[in-house]
Amino acid sequence: MKHMTEEELIAYRDGETRGREGFGSHLKECADCRREMERIEAVFAALDAMPVPDPGEDFGRRVWQQIAPRLPERPAPWWRSFFAPHRLVAAAAMAAVVVLAFFIGRYTKKIAPADDLVGNGKTRERVLVVAVGDHLGRSEMILVELANAEPEKGRKFVNISSEQKRAKDLLEENRLYRQTALREGDTLMASTLDELERVLLDIANSPNEVTPSQFEAIQKRIAEKGILLKVRVVHQDLQEREKTATPSPTQKDSQKNERNKA
Amino acid sequence: MRASIERAESVGISDAQAVESTLAGDRDAYRVLVERYSQYLYRLAYRMTGNSHDAEEIVQEAFLRAYQKLSQFAGNSHFGTWVYRITTNYAIDRIRQRNVEEARQAPSARPSEDGVQADAMALVKDPSASPERLASSAELATKMKQALDSLTPAERTAIVMRHWEGCAIEEIAAVLKSNSNATKNTVFRAVSKLRKALEPFVGLGGTARAIGTES
Repeated sequence: MKHMTEEELIAYRDGETRGREGFGSHLKECADCRREMERIEAVFAALDAMPVPDPGEDFGRRVWQQIAPRLPERPAPWWRSFFAPHRLVAAAAMAAVVVLAFFIGRYTKKIAPADDLVGNGKTRERVLVVAVGDHLGRSEMILVELANAEPEKGRKFVNISSEQKRAKDLLEENRLYRQTALREGDTLMASTLDELERVLLDIANSPNEVTPSQFEAIQKRIAEKGILLKVRVVHQDLQEREKTATPSPTQKDSQKNERNKA
Repeated sequence: MRASIERAESVGISDAQAVESTLAGDRDAYRVLVERYSQYLYRLAYRMTGNSHDAEEIVQEAFLRAYQKLSQFAGNSHFGTWVYRITTNYAIDRIRQRNVEEARQAPSARPSEDGVQADAMALVKDPSASPERLASSAELATKMKQALDSLTPAERTAIVMRHWEGCAIEEIAAVLKSNSNATKNTVFRAVSKLRKALEPFVGLGGTARAIGTES
């Protein structure tokens, strides 16, 4: 019987897959090769036992004290803060709301006179309803994807980078809508957005790749807070409000007739 | 390696936030990263060099280099993984530099690719080094240190990253600027040399058979 070479034994121990089955059966049958493997194992066991001195709990602090005076100042370029990702997202969200408001304004002007204060209030509400509805829809999609995902068995890491990026993009928008809802006195909306913000923050701050147990923890957090259900309820409510805020063609005609009579 | 990095990152603000704040001019944000990864990098540097003083200096230098290059850091990888690679590269430079200095001071003790084998065999042939005598862990630790010091910088990096840090062959190949097959060979050479140097002292006595032969 031909014995395994040292290279084959070390590669087998290291998890090499090529020819693994054949080497495995050989090891079962060959006492000599098993003894060789035990000798290799004993060397690794000795290496494992090699002590590493403890640098002390305050080692990190000491390293900082040593290097801090040598770190050059890094003045932030004045324009940098304007291009920070969260500001760009906020700016994009604001721009979207303004553009939406402009077009809705143009459209509704044809229906109602511009000086109709009640009408203006309704328009504002409709803009908010449409924008927040869209935001909740996108948030719901991320939560559903994460809540329903099942990590592949045997995989050491689950990649959530796509959900993480989308959660980051939604965060700033969420903050804006929450503040608006608070100002408008819509407490149900504000509290739902507040809870949503915490979950989005959790997802956004997770590593790109998480272990299955970390992934389960994220799913558990989503389930525990019942956030998905709350988001759905508020989203549906907004959709209802959107429908009622949009006058039907017959309503429009009667409004027009009344205006004409007047 | 990744597990340790994730454990480190799970406390307090995320690495990405700390990096962003540092780049925005908040130098103290960098402290979070230094305190988070120092212990972890120290263990790596110590195993690479076998010397506390060198390990401390390597950790400091790695953080200084990382700070200087922070704007080049691609946010799509972990800060921990990135600084780990900087530490490994600097440790390799440091070991090479130390070898050159030692060679200059004592040309006869200069380690070389083949010299490693000679050094390892010298350990085996030491008549005073019977297994009983070497039972004391302090002596075994000395023998292990000698055996590790006798490896080339690439072999030492490979065995530290593979055995202690559990890195994938591809990760080690990236640090060694090599390919996967060559890296596997480097790991094998390191294990083989350590085995020759340490086997007489770690139990399971008896003469090893001529492996790869037929019985």
